[in-house]
Amino acid sequence: MKILVCISSVPDTTTKIKFTADGKSLDSNGVQFVINPNDEFGLTRALQLKEANGGSVTVLNVGGADTEPVIRKALAIGADSAIRINASPTDSLFVAKQISEYAKSESFDLILCGKESIDYNGNQVPGMLASLLSCSAVSPCTGLTIEGDTATAERLIDGGKEILESSLPLVVGGQKGIVNEDELRIPNMRGIMQARTKPLNVVEPSNNDASLSDSSYELPADKADCKLVDADNVAELVSLLHNEAKVI
Amino acid sequence: MSVLVYIENWDGALKKSTFEAVSYAKEVANNAGSELIAVSLGNVSDDELNKLGTYGASKLIKLEGDDFANFNSDKFANSFAQIAQANGAKLIIINGTMNGKSMSPGLAVKLNASVISEVVEVPSSFAPLTVKKKAFSGKAFANIESKTDATILILSPNAFGLKENISTVAIEGGSADAGSSNLSHVKFEKSSGKISITEAEVVISGGRGLKGPENWTMVEELAELLGAGTACSKPVSDIGWRPHHEHVGQTGIAVAPNLYIAIGISGAIQHLAGVNSSKVMVAINIDPEAPFFKAADYGIIGDAFDVVPKLIEEIKKFKAN
Repeated sequence: MKILVCISSVPDTTTKIKFTADGKSLDSNGVQFVINPNDEFGLTRALQLKEANGGSVTVLNVGGADTEPVIRKALAIGADSAIRINASPTDSLFVAKQISEYAKSESFDLILCGKESIDYNGNQVPGMLASLLSCSAVSPCTGLTIEGDTATAERLIDGGKEILESSLPLVVGGQKGIVNEDELRIPNMRGIMQARTKPLNVVEPSNNDASLSDSSYELPADKADCKLVDADNVAELVSLLHNEAKVI
Repeated sequence: MSVLVYIENWDGALKKSTFEAVSYAKEVANNAGSELIAVSLGNVSDDELNKLGTYGASKLIKLEGDDFANFNSDKFANSFAQIAQANGAKLIIINGTMNGKSMSPGLAVKLNASVISEVVEVPSSFAPLTVKKKAFSGKAFANIESKTDATILILSPNAFGLKENISTVAIEGGSADAGSSNLSHVKFEKSSGKISITEAEVVISGGRGLKGPENWTMVEELAELLGAGTACSKPVSDIGWRPHHEHVGQTGIAVAPNLYIAIGISGAIQHLAGVNSSKVMVAINIDPEAPFFKAADYGIIGDAFDVVPKLIEEIKKFKAN
C-alpha cells in the first residue's frame, strides 16, 4: 500500500499569535512550529496502516526550507521518505494543485491530509486534491479502515457521523479520532538518527498562480472585564443573561 | 454577473445556518449590485423553500431527485458547478456546515475559483474581492484578497446572524448531470446529544473541574433546560469521559453560539481559540486565577457542585415566570 501524507508546518497550539508592526505578517519570533495537529493524526494512521498491510509512507510539504525540521520529525516517527515542494503555501487551491501535480505520476493508494491547518483553517485541500485527481475525499474523518481495495471511513456531520465506503485511491482529511491522542508517536533517538539519512527530496513548484493573497491581519478587540457574580447570588447571573446580554 | 447561495437542507427542512447564508448573500448581492440566485440541492417542498423569502431570496433554482436525496460531496459539487457556470456566477456563498465545507473544494476546482473560509463580514471591496476571515483558529483575523475570476465564500457560523428582507421566492426547476462518485453512503449515526453543538444557540461545556463522567448529569440537565448542546474540553475527551465530537477548541470543533457556559474549564489558549467567537461567555470555576475569567463576559468563582445546581434551580424559576 502506497500512502502519501500531506503535512503543513504551523505555530504550536499554545502560541499566542502576534503580528509584525505593519500588520502584514505573523511575527514568528519565539514561535515553535509543529506538524499541523490534524495532519499528525493522519500521519499516525498512515503509519499504522503501513505496519498492518506493508507498503510505504511518503510525507509531502509545500513550503520553504524553514519547514524542514517539521518534515524531519515526520520522518523520525516513521515515514519512509519526504518531498518538499519548494513554494510558499499561499492558499488551498494553489497547494492542492502543487500536490496533485506531484501525486498524479505516483499513483498513491491513499492520500492522508489533515481536515484543515490550524493557521488558515481553510478546510479545502483534501477535497480539492481529490477533485484534481478524479477520486473522492472524506473529511473531516474520524475513523478509517482498509480491506483490500475498499476503504470504510467515518465522516463528521452536523449532529453525528456518516459511514462511507470508497474504492481506492481515496483522499482523507484526518482529525482526532482517526487515531486517538495516546496513539500519537514521540520520536525516539533511533528514529531521529534514521531521519537524518532518509530521503528528503526538494522539487520545484509547477507553474500555477496563487488564488488568494493576505493583505493584513488583526487581533480580536479586547474584551471588557468579566462581571463577577457572587456564588450565593446565582439569580443575578440569570437576570444578567436575560436582561443585559439577552441570550436567554 | 450573479451571486449564488447554496441552500442546504436536513431531511427536507431548512435550518438557521441556511437562512443566515441567505441573509448574508442578499446583503453581498445588494452591495455588489448583482442578482442573487439561491440554489437548492435536495428534496425540499416549495412551502419550505418559500421561507427563504423572509431573508431576501427572490429567485431560486432547485435540483431534486434521487441524486440529491442524500448529500454526496462529488455529486453536489458537480451539479452546483453546472448551475454556477450557466448563470455566470462570480461569487458563491456557502454556509460553513460540515456538508458546505465538504462540497466547496470540488466546486472550486471545477470553477477554478478561490475559496475563502471562515468569513465573518461582507466584502469590504469587490475589485479585487476583499473580505475578513478568522485565522489561526479564532486567535486572529485576516483580510484576504481573491485573485481569481470567481470566488467562493464560506460563512463562519453565527458570524452574520439573520436579517429579514421580505421578498417573494420564484422557484424554478433546474437540471444538472450529477455524474458519478466513488463514495457510497453506508449509514448515519446520530450523536447521543440531542442538539448539535455547531448549530446550538447555547452550549454548556464541562472540564476536568467536574472530576468524573458521572457528574455530567447536571451539565445535561442544565443543557436540557436551556435547549443547549453539551461540549467538553480537550483533557476530558482525551481521558474518555466524553466523546471526541464534544471536544471544542483549537484541535476539536470550533463553536460560536450566542451563549457559552464553561464549567470547571480553566481556559487554556487552545480552548479559548475554539470558543471565543461565542457572543457571550460565562465561566464557572473554583480557581479565581483561571484564565477563562479574562475571556468571559460573566463569571462565578465557586465550586461547580455548589453553583451549577443553584443555577439549574434559578433557570427553572426563570422559565416558570
